[in-house]
Amino acid sequence: MSTAIETPRSTETLNYLNTKYGWKSWLFTTDHKRIAILYLISISFFFLLGGIFAMLVRLELATPAGDLFNSDTYNKLFTMHGIVMIFFFLIPSIPATLGNFLIPMMIGAKDLAFPRINLLSWYIYIVAGLIAVGTMAYGGVDTGWTFYPPFSSTYSRTYVVAAAIAVFVSGFSSILTGLNFIVTIHKMRAPGMTFDRLPLFVWAHYATSLIQLLGTPVVAITIALLGLERIFHVGIFDPAIGGDPILFQHLFWFYSHPAVYIMILPGMGVINEIVACFSRKRPFGYPFIAGSSIGIAVLGFLVWGHHMFVTGQSMYASLVFSLLSMAVAVPSAIKVFNWTATMYKGSIRFETPMLYAFGFIGLFTIGGLTGLFLATLATNVHLTDTYFVVAHFHYVMVGGMVLGYLGGLHFWWPKITGRMYPEFWGKLSALIVFVGFNFTFFPQFLAGYAGMPRRYHAYAPEYQVFNVMSTAGASVLGIGFTLPLIYLIWSLFYGPKAPANPWGAKGLEWETSSPPPTYNFDTPPVMNEEAYNYSGDDTGVHVG
Amino acid sequence: MGQFTLIPPSAATNAPAVDALYYFQSIVAVVMTAIIFLGILIFAAMYRKRSDDDKPPLIHGSIPLEITWSIIPFLVMLVMFFWGAKIYFDNGRAPANAMDVFIVGKQWMWKVQYPGGQREINELHVPVNVPVKLTLASEDVIHSFFLPAFRLKRDVVPGRYNTEWFIATKPGRYHIFCAEYCGTEHSGMVGWVTVMEPKEYENWLAGGGATGTMAEQGGRLFSQLGCSSCHLFTAGGRCPNLMNVFGNKQQMSDGSTVIADESYVRESILNPNAKIVYGYKPDIMPTFQGEVNEEQLLQLIAYIKSLSPHRAPAVPAAAGKSAPKVPKAPATGNAASVGSL
Repeated sequence: MSTAIETPRSTETLNYLNTKYGWKSWLFTTDHKRIAILYLISISFFFLLGGIFAMLVRLELATPAGDLFNSDTYNKLFTMHGIVMIFFFLIPSIPATLGNFLIPMMIGAKDLAFPRINLLSWYIYIVAGLIAVGTMAYGGVDTGWTFYPPFSSTYSRTYVVAAAIAVFVSGFSSILTGLNFIVTIHKMRAPGMTFDRLPLFVWAHYATSLIQLLGTPVVAITIALLGLERIFHVGIFDPAIGGDPILFQHLFWFYSHPAVYIMILPGMGVINEIVACFSRKRPFGYPFIAGSSIGIAVLGFLVWGHHMFVTGQSMYASLVFSLLSMAVAVPSAIKVFNWTATMYKGSIRFETPMLYAFGFIGLFTIGGLTGLFLATLATNVHLTDTYFVVAHFHYVMVGGMVLGYLGGLHFWWPKITGRMYPEFWGKLSALIVFVGFNFTFFPQFLAGYAGMPRRYHAYAPEYQVFNVMSTAGASVLGIGFTLPLIYLIWSLFYGPKAPANPWGAKGLEWETSSPPPTYNFDTPPVMNEEAYNYSGDDTGVHVG
Repeated sequence: MGQFTLIPPSAATNAPAVDALYYFQSIVAVVMTAIIFLGILIFAAMYRKRSDDDKPPLIHGSIPLEITWSIIPFLVMLVMFFWGAKIYFDNGRAPANAMDVFIVGKQWMWKVQYPGGQREINELHVPVNVPVKLTLASEDVIHSFFLPAFRLKRDVVPGRYNTEWFIATKPGRYHIFCAEYCGTEHSGMVGWVTVMEPKEYENWLAGGGATGTMAEQGGRLFSQLGCSSCHLFTAGGRCPNLMNVFGNKQQMSDGSTVIADESYVRESILNPNAKIVYGYKPDIMPTFQGEVNEEQLLQLIAYIKSLSPHRAPAVPAAAGKSAPKVPKAPATGNAASVGSL
C-alpha cells in the first residue's frame, strides 16, 4: 500500500532532479535516473532524425517514378533510416531509458550494479551516434542497414567503413547495458524480491540483456571482418577474392535476428505492467509470461536461417529453420493470450498508457501472425524482400516496440518528471498513432503480395494505390508522434505535480516519491508480498 | 493511378499452389486477430471500472489454458510448415527434361542466354507448359531473380550457381524484378518474362540471330583460350580428357569423388587447384578468374556438357512434337571439330 511509506514532504523535497544543477551534474552523473534522461534526450533526437528520413522516403514513393530524389539519394535515405532507427533508436529505446530508470527501483536497489559503466555506455553510444551523424552529414551510406557484401565491401562508393564503425561502436554500449542489467538483477534485489516476485518488466529485460551480451559480439566481429575486406581486400566475403557472401549473411543474421527480440521483449515487458495496472489484476499466468521471455531469447538464436531461404542454402537447413521459426511464435502467442486473459474480471481503466497497450497487443498480434507467412518456406520465397516483409517488421518494431515505448513513457512520466501530462491529448495522440500506423503499413502487406520489391526507388504503376495510402497514413502517423513531443515538454513546465502513485499501481517504483530521491528510497525497501498484489489483502508492501 | 490487384497474375503451376497456402494463412491470421481483438473489446466492455474501490479477484492463471493456447496454435503452424515445405521441395529440383536458360545478373541488367545461342537483355522468353530451368549467375553483387507471377524468387549470388525452375501456364508478359538490393539502379533492374505458345516460341527462337549455339560458342572459346592444348581428346594430355566427364562421377586425387556438375566445372575453371582429378598434377592449369566473364563461363560449361552426349538432351521431352526448336544437344560433329583443333 502506497500510503504505508509516504512520509510527509514539502514540495521542495530533494529529488534526483533538483539535488544538483549545471551541465556537469548531468554529464558526470552516475545516477541511473539521470543517465536514463540523457538517453531519453539522445534517442528522441535519433527518432526524429530517422523519422525525417522515413518521411522523405514516403514522399518519394507517392509516385511510381523516381522523381523527387535521384536513386543514390533515395538509397542513402532508406539506409540511414534503417541504421538510425535500429541501432540508435530501437535497440537502446526502452532498455536504456525506461529500463535504466526503473530496474533498480523495481527491484528495490539504489542504483545499477556498475553506475560508472552505465555512464560509460551512454558515452559510447554518443560517440557512435556522432560518428553516424558525421557519416550522414559527410555524404551518407547506401548499402541498406544489412550491409550485404560484396556490394558493401567492394562496390559501394559511399562511406561504408564510417557507418560500420558507428554500428561497431554502438554495440559496446549495448553489451555494457546488458551486462549491467544482468548483474544488477542477480545481485541487487531487495530482501524478499525473489525471482518469482520480479516484475515482468524486469524479466523481459533480463532476457533482452542475455541477447545483448551473447549476440552483439557476433555482429561486431562481422562488421570488423567487413571493414577488413573493404580496406585491406582480405578475401572473406567477396568471391572475387576468395570469400563467401553467404557467410556474411549467416553471421549477420545470427545477431540481427535475435536483435529483433532485443527490440520487442522490452516492449512486451512494458505492456505487462500497464495491462496489470489498468486492469487491477495480477498478470494471468505470470510464470508463463516470464518463461516465454526466456524462451524467446533462447529460441531467437536458432532461427537466423529464415532470412536465407532463397539464397541457395541447403534445403534441409531451410526446413529446420522454418520449423524453429514456427516454434518461436509459440512463446509470443502465450504472451498475447495471457495479456488478454489478464483483463478477465478486471477493473479496466482507459487512461493513455492502456490505450497504447491495446494498440500494442493488436498490432503485435498482426505482426506476429504475418511472421508465420514468412516462416513458411513456400510463401517466404514469394514474399521475402518485398513490401510484405517491410510491413511485417514495422508492425512488430513500430506497432510493437514504439507503441510499448510510448505507453511506458506515459505510464512512468509522472514518476520520471514529477508532472502529469494532459490526459486528453495523450488519448488523442494514442488514437492518431494507431489509425495512422495502420494506414501506413497495412497497405504494404498487400503491395508485398502483389509483388512490389522493397528498397525500390521507382516502381511499377500498379503499386501506386498502396503507396499513396501508405504515404497519406505516414503523415497522420507523423502528427501522432509529434503531439506527445509537444505536450510532454509542455507538461514539464505547466503540468500538475504528480503524486507518488497516480495510477494506483503496484510495484516498488510507485512506493517512492515522484520524482524519486537520488538513491530511490529514503529507507531500503523490503518485498514481503507477491508481485502485482492488486486484489490484495491489506498486508501491503512494508518498507524499513 | 492505374489498376491494382491484391493477387498478382498467376502464370505458372507454382502460383496457384502458393496462393492456396496464402489464403489458408490469411484465414488463420484473420481468425486469430479477431479472437484477440474481440477478446479485448468484450473484456474491456464487460469489466470496465465500476468504481474506484473495485476489488478484482486474484486469478493466478490456468495451466490447462496455457497448454491449450500453446498447442493449438502450434498445430496450426505445423500445417503451414508441412504445406510450405512440400511446395518448397517440389520447387527444389528441376526435372531432368527441363529446358535450360542461363541468366547473368550484372549491375543493373539481366543478361539472358539460350542454349541455341540467342541472347537478350531484360527479356526472357519461355514456352508455355514446358519445364524451364534457369541457371543464375552474378558478375558482381548479389541480385535476386523475382518472378511475382510465378511466385518464385532466387538470389543470384556471385561465386556460385543457383537455379530455379517453373512450368509457365498462361501466355502473357509478366514482371521480372531484382529483389535483392544491388546499388544505384536496383529498382531499374527489371524486365519482362514473355510466356508464348510453342509455335510462336519456335518462330521467336528462329529469329534470334544467334551466332551458333551456346555450346558452339563455348567450343570456340575452348580453343581461343588454349584449353584444347592440354585437355586433349586422347589419352596422354597434361589435363583430363573432358569427353563424357559432365554429369559423371570423377575420382579426385585426395580419394574423394565429385559429380561433375555446373558448379564443379565453374570452380575448375576459376580455381583449378581446388580439386585435382586423380592421376593429374596440381599447378598445371592457370586460373581463368578475370579472363572469362560469367556469360562465357556458362558457354564453356554448355560446351563441356555437350561432350557428354549420353546425358538427357536439353530439348524438353514433354513438349513433344510441337516442341520449340530449342537447341539440339550440341552435335557430336561439333565436338569432333574442336577435337581436331
